[in-house]
Amino acid sequence: MNAPGELAASGLGAPARASPRRRIHPFDDESWLGRILLAPAVIYIVALVGFPFFLAIFYSLSDATVGSTTLHFVGLRNYERILQDPTFWRSLRNAVVFTVVSQVLVVVLGKILAMALYADFRGKWIVRFLILLPWVAPISLGSIGWLWIFDPVYSVINWSGRALHLFGPGFWPIWLGQPDLAMASIVMVDVWRLLPLATVIILAGMSSIPQDIHDAAAVDGAGFWRHLFRINLPLIMPIMLVALLFGIVFTFTDLIVVYVLTRGGPFDSTQVIASYAYFTGVQGGDLAAGAAISLFLFPVLVAVAIVFLTIAKRTEVT
Amino acid sequence: MATVETHALTKHFDSGNAVDGIDLSVREGEFLVLVGPSGCGKTTLLRMLAGLETPSSGDVLIDGRVVTWLPPRKRDIAMVFQSYALYPHLTVYGNIAFPMQAAGLGRKDVATRVEKAASMFGIERLLARKPRQLSGGERQRVALARAVVRDPVVFLLDEPLSNLDAKLRTSARDELQQFQRRLGTTTVYVTHDQIEAMGLGDRIAVLDHGRIHQLGAPRDVYHDPADTFVATFIGSPPMNLLEEGALLSGVRPEQLLPRAVFEAGESLVPFPFTVERIEYLGADRLVYGTLAAPHPLTKVISRLPSTIALPIETGRRYDFAVREHDLKFFDRATGRRVERGAAR
Repeated sequence: MNAPGELAASGLGAPARASPRRRIHPFDDESWLGRILLAPAVIYIVALVGFPFFLAIFYSLSDATVGSTTLHFVGLRNYERILQDPTFWRSLRNAVVFTVVSQVLVVVLGKILAMALYADFRGKWIVRFLILLPWVAPISLGSIGWLWIFDPVYSVINWSGRALHLFGPGFWPIWLGQPDLAMASIVMVDVWRLLPLATVIILAGMSSIPQDIHDAAAVDGAGFWRHLFRINLPLIMPIMLVALLFGIVFTFTDLIVVYVLTRGGPFDSTQVIASYAYFTGVQGGDLAAGAAISLFLFPVLVAVAIVFLTIAKRTEVT
Repeated sequence: MATVETHALTKHFDSGNAVDGIDLSVREGEFLVLVGPSGCGKTTLLRMLAGLETPSSGDVLIDGRVVTWLPPRKRDIAMVFQSYALYPHLTVYGNIAFPMQAAGLGRKDVATRVEKAASMFGIERLLARKPRQLSGGERQRVALARAVVRDPVVFLLDEPLSNLDAKLRTSARDELQQFQRRLGTTTVYVTHDQIEAMGLGDRIAVLDHGRIHQLGAPRDVYHDPADTFVATFIGSPPMNLLEEGALLSGVRPEQLLPRAVFEAGESLVPFPFTVERIEYLGADRLVYGTLAAPHPLTKVISRLPSTIALPIETGRRYDFAVREHDLKFFDRATGRRVERGAAR
């Protein structure tokens, strides 16, 4: 941190001030302080987001492979190839289904959970703590835990179901081996992982509504449902939207859950864009195609970013 | 129109009783003001009338019907909050319409009644706006319109004027009273402002520590305070209290006047008085000083209307006096009022 500070100071002194003796320390000059404080973030974004992004565009227009050190410009040929690939379309559809279903569940369950946690009860903090745990745990470890839960032989769910006589003698679902169940399984894990964050965000939103508003609605004759849909939900909608957008970004770009649980199988039924890009580009060695696939994430993320910025702007105004 | 009663109503919080066995009876069409210092339990009492707070014991009756365990929406009441509690995401129209939509009225009925209520408060041109686009006074009117629109049997108002600036508050007070008179709806009004209480109430209830110290017409509460709490809480500056043996004698500042002001032949009690400080308030002069013998050396305040032009200087001693029948006496131990006969 020392080096850029000194650099800034030497660049500042002469032109900005009439008297060279009274140099202002860069930390006391707001325009320089601002630049210094922003620098780490800018460097970080350029190095870890900007550079890989442009590299991906560059690769997607070339014939880069893992094994070769040379590459040639091939125009849009990689994209043509991808658009004719049924697995790509399948991955895109899966990614959309995966994201939509899990986010609908996350928002609805998050709201219900937040309402339950909003009420006062004994031991509330420990329940809140337990609910936050999945968010704090590393995704890969959590997913491996679920891998055991879904194990075809030792599945905790199946054995519990049998012990409780919920599953009949011939009923033994292979969670990660049947296409529909596999999709349901990765949705379940994603919901488990994202629910805590959504709940906490929604809870914060609910706490920001003044008690008077709830009291007024009660006196004005609103029952539970009217209160929920006319007062409560509209008031926390901006904050729920934030939770939803986070969820969409995390889910749509997620690779780990699919990678750990199903590797995209069975028969690509849980293949999503992120995992397909990884399997094609890194494991399959076709860097160019992998880069092109992963760029299809871009439009969705741009849309999310625009909505985000609009919300941020609107909250600034009010 | 309805009566509101409470029977031995108590609300217990961890820190003690916020409301301590209150028996209150509000008459039909009456404007009753609950007044007291902050933390006296007036808002808790109002919230129990509304059903927003459940009593620890005791009963609430509206129109003779026990409603203690009914939720707010089954009590047919309307409430105006200190913050106004307008729904920020709804327009003014949506806010006023909300109670009627909740009551299941048809779209046309709602529209006509919203318009009627809006014209009553002169806010027709604001109907399409959101609450955040309104001034404090306009918000207050919207809150009132939302309260009256449903024709409730009781209005509960929780310091509805305290967020207005001083000038607006005076005119709002006037309007509020006119509406209440016109509608004739039983009203319970909470405030910590004694001027508001005196000015608005048909009767006022003075509360402290969860108990009613006195319930009566403003004039009675002012001139015949039931105890030293009421005597010092109502009136600004408060009643002067002097120790006299087992008693306290009380004198209102505006009744402690220079001897020369009184007519000859009035039976007076002399109060020789050393002036220490004078405040000119335009309409009045507040004279601060210390009483001299035979009275105990007590700090007292006299309030001289500007019509008394008598020159008074600080540091000098003057002969002040009080009409004998204006003196009030209180038991020093209990603070309760004692009659004159018992005093002398």
